[in-house]
Amino acid sequence: MTTQDEISVEIVAAREAYEKGRADGGHAVHHPSRSYAPYRSSVLRHPRQPLVAVDASGDPEAVELSGPVFGATDVTALDSDLTRQHRGEPLGERITVSGRLLDGRGRPLRGQLIELWQANASGRYAHQRDDHPAPLDPNFTGVGRTLTGDDGSYTFTTVKPGAYPWRNHDNAWRPAHIHFSVFGQAFTQRLVTQMYFPGDPLFPYDPILQSVTDASARQRLVAAYDHGLSRPEWSLGYRWDIVLDGPSATWIEEGR
Amino acid sequence: MPEPTTAAVPATPPAPPGAPGRTPPWQTPPGPTPSQTVGPFYGYALPFPGGGDVAPAGHPEAVTVHGYVHDGAGAPVPDALLEFWQGGPGTGLPGSMRRDGVTGGHLGRNGVDFTGFGRIPTDADGHYTLRTLPPGTPAGLPYLSVCVFARGLAHHLYTRVYLAEGHDALLDALEPERRATLVARREEGGTGHRSYRFDIRLQGDGETVFLEFR
Ligand SMILES: [Fe+2]
Repeated sequence: MTTQDEISVEIVAAREAYEKGRADGGHAVHHPSRSYAPYRSSVLRHPRQPLVAVDASGDPEAVELSGPVFGATDVTALDSDLTRQHRGEPLGERITVSGRLLDGRGRPLRGQLIELWQANASGRYAHQRDDHPAPLDPNFTGVGRTLTGDDGSYTFTTVKPGAYPWRNHDNAWRPAHIHFSVFGQAFTQRLVTQMYFPGDPLFPYDPILQSVTDASARQRLVAAYDHGLSRPEWSLGYRWDIVLDGPSATWIEEGR
Repeated sequence: MPEPTTAAVPATPPAPPGAPGRTPPWQTPPGPTPSQTVGPFYGYALPFPGGGDVAPAGHPEAVTVHGYVHDGAGAPVPDALLEFWQGGPGTGLPGSMRRDGVTGGHLGRNGVDFTGFGRIPTDADGHYTLRTLPPGTPAGLPYLSVCVFARGLAHHLYTRVYLAEGHDALLDALEPERRATLVARREEGGTGHRSYRFDIRLQGDGETVFLEFR
């Protein structure tokens, strides 16, 4: 089995190749390459042909420039508090994760659905196929959802997930993270991503986080500890804004 | 949110970038939030009962679109998540994932209104089935938009399902072999309603055309 050292060499090589390209005048790349060999499962699951560009401004009525609509009946108040979905309190460090959903120009995206899922405080998912020998928590499922407010804001109450091992290579560990699924005004703005916690020592070892080879883009996946969000005698606060790209009908109407 | 008064507090920690109240509204963010793979464990979070039953129950015009997702070795992909979007009602109408206000459980579509959105995890054979209404678009050849997520896929992929051949700006720009990957094949069957086969090949021979919107 591949060792961590071998994976780390590949991670550094990919990062250095990207940085050299930038120094030579290449564009910033915000999203991970789909062809990122240190993440072994990507090898057979990325297209080799280049993506075919669709000029959205040439077809402003393209279906992809609108998106599914979700409303108040798609969520209940309890959906955004993952610590209240069972009879008892889950184990772990109670946290609040809060931020705003914005488009590429910084405009709030209101009334959009944000879904989230995560491991429990021990690093175990309530998923049939997660066989990590860490305890399940009968008081924690780890699934939540909410709609953004008029200012694009969202808030979840949950517990801090634990790190967990995976089988990408020998002794592979994922840094603690929360999975997010986000809708914008257009289907082109769809985003599935992961939020990380500041200062995690596992960051340099993790090929999934490092698949984002741009250092400042990678930093945007890391929440900020925000003491103003922490609640006395109750929970620690993390702030994480989510910014969607991709054209939308609204965008075009306003003459981008 | 008012600016907090911090003058009296020494060594104020730096304001996190983009924190509300600390940046003026509509300040251009430094860049988009990067994508990350959906991973292997979304299965108890994202799929919902009836996610592929987009057509209202018993609708006489319902069609079936189904097929397999394959990787670069031709193996089925049992942990892909497909989302379909074909346009639908705007704000104010019920969504696809409604909750039961009494139990907090899943309630889903109301069975009458067409939401235009489907979400289907591939099964152990890498297979999916969508039941929907034939798409209509304001101009050109109608299609379903598809967004593909999978473990191993760092950033989702978009493609389109055309249910018929014809003149279309995207299709016409493609080589015949590639064009064919976007057109579903009509299946003969005795079930009385229309059925189409549409496979998605992530890599290699017959690789599906994937799209990038600019
Ligand atoms: Fe995970």
